[in-house]
Amino acid sequence: MPRTLFEKIWDEHVVATPDGQLPLLYVDLHLVHEVTSPQAFDGLRSSVRKVRVPQRTIATVDHNIPTEPRGTPIFDPIAKRQIEALQNNCRDFGVRLFDMDSPEQGIVHVIGPELGFTQPGMTIVCGDSHTSTHGAFGALAFGIGTSEVEQVLATQCLPQRKPKTMLIEVSGKLSEGVSAKDLALGIIGKIGTDGATGYVIEYAGEAVRALSMESRMTLCNMSIEAGARAGMIAPDETTFAYTQGRRFAPQGKDWDAAVAHWRALPSDAGAKYDTVVELNASDLAPFVTWGTNPGMVVPVTSRVPELPANGADRASSQRMLEYMGLEPGTPMEQIRVDRVFIGSCTNSRLEDLRAAARVAKGHRVASGVRAMVVPGSQKVKQAAEQEGLHTIFQDAGFEWRESGCSMCLGMNPDILQPGERCASTSNRNFEGRQGRGGRTHLVSPMMAAAAAVAGHFTDIRNWRFQ
Amino acid sequence: MQPFRKHTGKVAPLYRANIDTDQIIPKQFLKRIEKTGFGEFLFNDWRRSADGAPDPAFPLNQPRYSGASILVSGKNFGCGSSREHAVWALADFGFRAVIAPSFADIFANNCVKNGVLTVVLSEEETGEIARRASETPAYQIAIDLEKCMVEDGQGLTTYFRIDEFTRHCLLEGLDDIGLTLQHEPEISAYEAKHPVPAVWKT
Repeated sequence: MPRTLFEKIWDEHVVATPDGQLPLLYVDLHLVHEVTSPQAFDGLRSSVRKVRVPQRTIATVDHNIPTEPRGTPIFDPIAKRQIEALQNNCRDFGVRLFDMDSPEQGIVHVIGPELGFTQPGMTIVCGDSHTSTHGAFGALAFGIGTSEVEQVLATQCLPQRKPKTMLIEVSGKLSEGVSAKDLALGIIGKIGTDGATGYVIEYAGEAVRALSMESRMTLCNMSIEAGARAGMIAPDETTFAYTQGRRFAPQGKDWDAAVAHWRALPSDAGAKYDTVVELNASDLAPFVTWGTNPGMVVPVTSRVPELPANGADRASSQRMLEYMGLEPGTPMEQIRVDRVFIGSCTNSRLEDLRAAARVAKGHRVASGVRAMVVPGSQKVKQAAEQEGLHTIFQDAGFEWRESGCSMCLGMNPDILQPGERCASTSNRNFEGRQGRGGRTHLVSPMMAAAAAVAGHFTDIRNWRFQ
Repeated sequence: MQPFRKHTGKVAPLYRANIDTDQIIPKQFLKRIEKTGFGEFLFNDWRRSADGAPDPAFPLNQPRYSGASILVSGKNFGCGSSREHAVWALADFGFRAVIAPSFADIFANNCVKNGVLTVVLSEEETGEIARRASETPAYQIAIDLEKCMVEDGQGLTTYFRIDEFTRHCLLEGLDDIGLTLQHEPEISAYEAKHPVPAVWKT
């Protein structure tokens, strides 16, 4: 029987199917960060358990570390305690840690792929919903809670209910100025923030095949914003070329065996999905969100939508507009911004920074706007600096900072003040996400850089590149 | 884990769609390394103004809902971040069950691990319970997980569906890790065939 990419990976990882219980799935790679792990390690201690396979877990600090130059003391004592807890836990349980001072530190979803840990066909979990990012490699990757983190540490397995499958087939080509971020926002706008709840999405079609690895990561990263358990893309030459030669990728003979295995992973012809969604990439424009969830999105050339007639939806839209300080009918291009954030596990990789730098080059950040660029990892930062991207940003008036999650969720000192409006390349525009009372508009890196220069949202397709 | 069999309690309505875990427990409270003490910060940014003053309009601040142990909400409850702190906060505040038309996956999983029941009812039923909770003083409902039944003693009786294994775990208060370790031989056999990649051991 023809099987999908998801079904092949699932079948390969079922360890046991106990009667009356959920199938037990083996976990190949477990990623850990400081925020969702301390209680899990404590649980192991109190039940006198150890980490079953320490080499299958890697850890880093990303969520609450400052993006000031490294070596600056952490002033928040509770954040400091959490970081120290991870250091102690990794030492006590023998887990590899890419710490604050490591040249390989970075956002967990940036360093996994970058170091070659993330590979096609794997099962990957992390106590973080954006684990869906790793699906870009044709892996089954999903976010878990802290109890499940403890379970994976102790058993390297997770009892899992088999999700349904959704194929999102994207035909056509993305136009110049329309990025993977816009594709992700377009999909969420179409199916809604719970449109894929209970499903694993497989992205396919001409437009998806044409994406680079980094763009594929952006697309899969946002799967959770449509409620999906995971998002994935079949591995191909693009995937293999990205992975080959990375420090923790298979080497030598192992590489050839791995590639042979990976080539068998793509969905078979005639494989069935529970749901199919189709869209054409050439219909998409650069998008900007206007509300307080990622599904509330319109093309930059459009306006803040009118209130729906219906009761509950009307109340909810009204509440969003009130929070966002917007009036229905306002052209998106007239909305002014105070802050710009380029970073996060969605859009902080080299390609994202190159795209933003190309826009910023030769321009100046508008007066009254504060713009920051936060590379996803130390390696991204170093590569960007080798290309001189930091100089382009700094000359244009952007701040160039150290790697971490930063203002995507504002657990560190990088936050919005109440009422401040931000063009952000992150993934969530929830109320208060970037700081209490802060107003977040999700956009692509190019659109964010353009907003920084113009002082308001502007259609990148009309940009004067210098 | 605390088992969930039958529970009768006061209902608090927070009838909005898409309540995300950033609202349930805002990020400034995620830095604690314990599982306890999160209840105080449940819905913090909705419950209190920036200077810490309680908002009297917010349901959970109203004396009529004090002691509520069942929350009724809109669809897609618990979407967004995977933070289990959201469930720790709900449980620590005193909630044993949440009723909504749908829940986000990771949130619902996290609930099971903490003995919190997620009850999926239709939009109409959820709306009706929210309406009764806001109109009837000290409105209570009884949830019976053995019968998968919800009733309020005032004419509303309905049944909900729940995955059989989840129901079993909640009824018995089962620890997943213990259950999984019963399969130690299968796990070891799997690992013998799928060794840790050589380069990961360096």
